[in-house]
Amino acid sequence: MSTTLTGVGRIARHILRRDRVRMLVWTLSLTAFGLYFMAALTNVFDEAALAARAAIMSTPTGIVMGGPGYGLDDYTAAVAMANEGTQWVVLALSIMSILHVVRHTRTEEENGLSELVRASAVGRQAPALATLLTLSGLLVAIAVLTACGMVAVAPTTSLVDALAMMLGSALIALVFGALALVMCQVTAHARTAVGLSIAAFGLATVIRAAGDVQERGGSPLSWFSPIAWAQQTRAFVDLRWWPLLLAAGAVVVLLATAAALATRRDFGAGLIAPRPGRADASGMLRGPFALAWVQQRGALLWTGLGLGAMWFGTGTLMSTLDEMVSDLVETNPVIGQLFGTDPGMFAAGFLDVMMMFTGVCCAAYAVVMGQRPRAEESGGRLELTLSAPLGRSRWLTAQLAVAGLGSIALLALSTYAMWAGAVLVGVTDPGLDRYTAAFAGYAPAVLAFLALTAALFGWAPRLIGLAWLPVAFAFVIGMFGSIFDLPDWVRALSPLHGVSAVFTDGVDGAGVTVLSIVVTALAGASFLGFRRRQVIAGS
Amino acid sequence: MNLIDIRGLDKSFGSAKALDGLDLAVAPGEVRGFLGPNGAGKSTTIRVLLGLLRPNAGQVRLFGGDPWAGAVRLHRRLAYVPGDVTLWPNLTGGEAIDYLTRLRGAPDKKRKTELLERFELDPTKKARTYSKGNRQKVALVAAFAVDAELYILDEPTSGLDPLMEAVFTECVRELKRHGRSVLLSSHILSEVEKICDTVTIIRAGRAVESGTLPELRHLTRSRVVATVRGDASAVPALAGVHDATLNTSDGAVTVAFDVDDSAIGAVVSRLAALEVTAMTVTPPSLEELFLRHYGDPVASPAEGAAVR
Ligand SMILES: Nc1ncnc2c1ncn2[C@@H]1O[C@H](COP(=O)(O)OP(=O)(O)O)[C@@H](O)[C@H]1O
Ligand SMILES: [Mg+2]
Repeated sequence: MSTTLTGVGRIARHILRRDRVRMLVWTLSLTAFGLYFMAALTNVFDEAALAARAAIMSTPTGIVMGGPGYGLDDYTAAVAMANEGTQWVVLALSIMSILHVVRHTRTEEENGLSELVRASAVGRQAPALATLLTLSGLLVAIAVLTACGMVAVAPTTSLVDALAMMLGSALIALVFGALALVMCQVTAHARTAVGLSIAAFGLATVIRAAGDVQERGGSPLSWFSPIAWAQQTRAFVDLRWWPLLLAAGAVVVLLATAAALATRRDFGAGLIAPRPGRADASGMLRGPFALAWVQQRGALLWTGLGLGAMWFGTGTLMSTLDEMVSDLVETNPVIGQLFGTDPGMFAAGFLDVMMMFTGVCCAAYAVVMGQRPRAEESGGRLELTLSAPLGRSRWLTAQLAVAGLGSIALLALSTYAMWAGAVLVGVTDPGLDRYTAAFAGYAPAVLAFLALTAALFGWAPRLIGLAWLPVAFAFVIGMFGSIFDLPDWVRALSPLHGVSAVFTDGVDGAGVTVLSIVVTALAGASFLGFRRRQVIAGS
Repeated sequence: MNLIDIRGLDKSFGSAKALDGLDLAVAPGEVRGFLGPNGAGKSTTIRVLLGLLRPNAGQVRLFGGDPWAGAVRLHRRLAYVPGDVTLWPNLTGGEAIDYLTRLRGAPDKKRKTELLERFELDPTKKARTYSKGNRQKVALVAAFAVDAELYILDEPTSGLDPLMEAVFTECVRELKRHGRSVLLSSHILSEVEKICDTVTIIRAGRAVESGTLPELRHLTRSRVVATVRGDASAVPALAGVHDATLNTSDGAVTVAFDVDDSAIGAVVSRLAALEVTAMTVTPPSLEELFLRHYGDPVASPAEGAAVR
């Protein structure tokens, strides 16, 4: 093996040791989720229910949420799993891959940890290769476990098809892992690398949805998205393996690109050289609000651009809705029974689901920004800040206010971008007032995620990572609540529950009021906790 | 009234005791060294003083007030340099300095420029590209650029090269000339000797010595190695000389010994009479001092107890 790769084995072992708990949690939770999904489809849904579900999956909403719609005529639990589940399995595995790759390459470099490693007998490309090897191992483990589990849960399932679906999804996740490695060469910052990679994933999602909505089984546009490659194996319907060759080719090309870029840059640097900045701060950089804004504006701008484009694009999809609905109602009476024949109801149902996604995106942004105060504390910058005559409450107000306003701005941008997209293609029903009502209903819900993060910061700063749980919960409930057949009170725990039917049924006023009270209480609690606790750097 | 007055301060992290009955005082106009090995509890003491940590027991007074309850008001009168400086990665050094000095009131542009020149710091670089030494310089410039009554400096020279250490020393002397007070924590004995009037030595969370530097001379010994032509056989018996060895080769005698710093003048003048051809004097280190006076354990009780 060439000297640039010396030490791969040692680093890989080190990664496995450091990440064993993390890897175990990913493996268990993803496998459990997949199997629960499969079990629910098998046991809760009888043949008629599956047929109705197939009808939903032939609507644009179903296509955007699920897949290209292979096997809708004979919709079994396994087919439903492949058609609807693949996209989400790919999403979860890709996020895992992106985080894994960035954590073990760019983050290490940024922290100077890998300088120590690199100074010992370790080749230049060794950390990257070790990272990919461990990632591949983890992906294969999750894929094989889940595939075998699917067969165990529903014994009539074909193991080969289950493996095709899961290994295909894992391979697509590896594509995004390799893409993250390229991003790590381009930028010098771990956070930017994660952001760019996730943005690329978002783009792939939109392309896949836009492509599939045009034609049952996907249009040529679909094939520009890696996510489609996994779905196009047609697992459980008419299995073919060759679409995965595209993924394998993409991995090879991306890795070659990353390797070529890596040799062109200095250690610790990105390809984009840092420009010299200002010697003196602008007059505006005065006080904690200004600093919080300077810290968050970059992320806000880029997230805003990404979400704006994505939801605008989604809005334009609504033009196909009308034609499709009339076609569908003609060919499939079940649809008419389920939704009525009024195209407006279809649009509203579609928008409800899209708003749920919008809410989850903004909630994720709120959680990321709500965790900033914690990063300031553990990084030691808070200590320096508070050594100035600056009160704790004022500092926390600044951090949370900028985070909250940013989240709300994103929510407004997303909602109205969707409206603008719909108007552009001539869809004017629902009207602007309904979008405004949706925005107003979602705003307290999004702030609830921020307030919860803040409360964790005030009372249990070490556990602030738990702030992601409600986001995951809201997403799973919003997305799969009907499949899981959960009691109402469990669903009501999701902050997004009260607004889940905002376009079809309007806002649940009592729910929004309760939520607003909860937000206020949590925010107040966060200040109380932070004022009385110690500030501890480095932990 | 003392600017800093700490009596019997206890501070634990869980079951690990970081401070154990610590006493420390800084009078107006005083430059106080706060000397102790790593893990002795210096940073913990300073964080209690800044109202970041809550004491478990004991009395802590900063400008006569309670550092926890009165943090904002009291912080108007001090400047602080942390031991491990982290900055906002997307601000330049210059922006970080301006931000920090603006938090403390009216910034002095001329003073900032002057300090940047003295510390040879490029303020246009983003903080994430700075080395540890440069981050340290940013914090030092931000602290020295404000006019405070009290400067709390936590191991401020770690990461600075010797040239910059000299600039730092000069800055502290200027503060002293202007009647400002300084609490300077350090684990390097020679640095404290160079800069401070008074020293408190902390070990395992408790003050083991406190006084002016001359008062502490009896504690410290320097290592002397000298080559002489004359007869050095009387040297080992001189007052204040310890562990002496004599080596003869090619007619020259090399004598090596430790000498109490309080006796060093007398011993060196005796050596001078012996035709010295070469001589080195190694200043005492904190580690040796601890080894000699307190037996080996330099570790704090917290470090001993904590399972890390
Ligand atoms: N946040 C903390 N949690 C647990 N132990 C701590 C914490 N901060 C300091 N300690 C312990 O307290 C002791 C004193 O640490 P510190 O004040 O940082 O020492 P110094 O600054 O003199 O090197 C050490 O044993 C250290 O491990
Ligand atoms: Mg320290």
